Amino acid sequence: MLNSKFVLDKLIEKFGEVITGYEESFGLMAIHADKEFNLKILQFLYDEEDLAFRFLTDLTAIHYPDHKGEELVVTYLVYNMTQNFHIRLKFALDINESNIYTASQLHPTANWLERECYDFFGVNFVGHPNLIRVMNVDEMDYFPLRKEFPLEDQTRTDKDDEMFGRGGHFNFGNFSV
Amino acid sequence: MAEVKHNIKLPKESLEKTTQTINLGPTHPATHGVFQNILEIDGEKIIQATPTVGYIHRAFEKIAERKPLYQVTPLTDRLNYCSAPINNIGWHLTVEKFVGIDIPARAQYLRVIIMELARISDHLICNSILGVDSGAFTGFLYIFQYRELIYEIYEEICGSRLTTNIGRIGGFERDFSETAWTKINKFLDEYPRVLKEFEDLFNRNRIFIERTQGVGGISAERALAYGFTGPNLRAAGVDYDVRIQKPYCRYQEFDFKVPVGTTGDCYDRYLVRNEEMWQSISLIKQAIQKIGELKGEEATKYHADAPDFYLPLKKDVYTKMEALIYHFKIIMGEVDIPAGELYNAVEGANGELGYYFISDGGRSAYRLHFRRPCFIYYQAYPELVEGSMLSDAILTMSSLNLIAGELDA
Repeated sequence: MLNSKFVLDKLIEKFGEVITGYEESFGLMAIHADKEFNLKILQFLYDEEDLAFRFLTDLTAIHYPDHKGEELVVTYLVYNMTQNFHIRLKFALDINESNIYTASQLHPTANWLERECYDFFGVNFVGHPNLIRVMNVDEMDYFPLRKEFPLEDQTRTDKDDEMFGRGGHFNFGNFSV
Repeated sequence: MAEVKHNIKLPKESLEKTTQTINLGPTHPATHGVFQNILEIDGEKIIQATPTVGYIHRAFEKIAERKPLYQVTPLTDRLNYCSAPINNIGWHLTVEKFVGIDIPARAQYLRVIIMELARISDHLICNSILGVDSGAFTGFLYIFQYRELIYEIYEEICGSRLTTNIGRIGGFERDFSETAWTKINKFLDEYPRVLKEFEDLFNRNRIFIERTQGVGGISAERALAYGFTGPNLRAAGVDYDVRIQKPYCRYQEFDFKVPVGTTGDCYDRYLVRNEEMWQSISLIKQAIQKIGELKGEEATKYHADAPDFYLPLKKDVYTKMEALIYHFKIIMGEVDIPAGELYNAVEGANGELGYYFISDGGRSAYRLHFRRPCFIYYQAYPELVEGSMLSDAILTMSSLNLIAGELDA
């Protein structure tokens, strides 16, 4: 049966220095690696007979503005269906140079998931066949799930918001209410 | 807006010698939801399909980064709104697993009842709408009354019908009332007969079979490559079910079968969904029996002892200091959650509904990502319909059970 240690050993044996670390939470191991090798690692996990991670369950990105030089993390959750075992891969990217190879040729699932990551985080998937926004309007020029766009503070007072019951002043013209 | 090229890939036997672009959606009645398909058609044959989504994107993942955890539940309602309770309970299970709350047996079985009712209501709509799209309205009109019975059960338990916000982190806000049990039993008594009649109307119906068999089929390999899960994957012949692979809510104690198809076409998807409804009925009956067998404190406890997340009783809030403090803390979202990350999935009505929850030790999620099965398998739509007739494309769409809310989050 597959276990985290076996997968990690196999990856270190094959890729060595490229694997930069790992963490484990709730029985799911997350392997950190160099972003240049994302596709090679996914392909290795796919091809190797005793690993056979052939189902891409999920792909998303996370933004950590405080981690300088590694602000964006692209994470893949791959699954070996016959042995019922998940493994997570994490690749850190510089936000100013957020290029990573696309996995959409290997896993067609990744196509829209990568578009979603591009749409919300601005991750540039090199080689993607159709990297355009999937949820937001095409004219949008920012990436809304990044942390520099906070949601509105619900206690703010500087907004002219009387119609929504938060005080302020609304000009009705000649009418008075 | 995606660009569509004219006069592309025209087959030799093309009659029209040119193609036309038509927009199926975003508000076309055949899409049953707000999403768009730009179809390039040669006569009635589809040459190219370009799905476009995002018309009702509501930024749930962003909103969830600010809300206390209990306020995320109403957001999950609006993902797959045909089976909102599964989304709610899936989210509660994720939080409970993350902070380590043990749920009493009774609450787990009650959840199984609710989730299976939701699965029935979802499959019931999908299958009957498939009938409508192939020209058979009777089945829909007949079976839709029974979704009403399910909604009345929700209403009795949580007060609302479509977007349920059912249950709480830690269990249920109150135990099922006598009326709720009466309604559940009424449903269990009446529904099997109706479902049988529904099957009699469709299963061997010549017109229905000819409209659906061999339409929108997909092989198991392609389905897996496209990340299909749930009934659509099982129709292609892969017996993947989260309830079996990663059991939650004590599903491992239940005896049920996972139906699979062979060709992954509309007819197989229809059959798989129908059989799942029978399995769900059996699961509900088993859950009721298991609740009856519980003894002592287990037989009455419908929520966990988790004061940080589960609201205290109202009468305690008015009379006891601690209860008042906890009530205030929960409502104002002042409960600290430990740092860490968790991926947890439940078997939604459409497939694997996953919650990827990351906390940095604050009071709300640092990042919350929903794995929405619809969004993932809708990518395969062009491959399913290219080369088929326009009317088949509509059947394929309704048999995939695409829910706009789940597509767009």
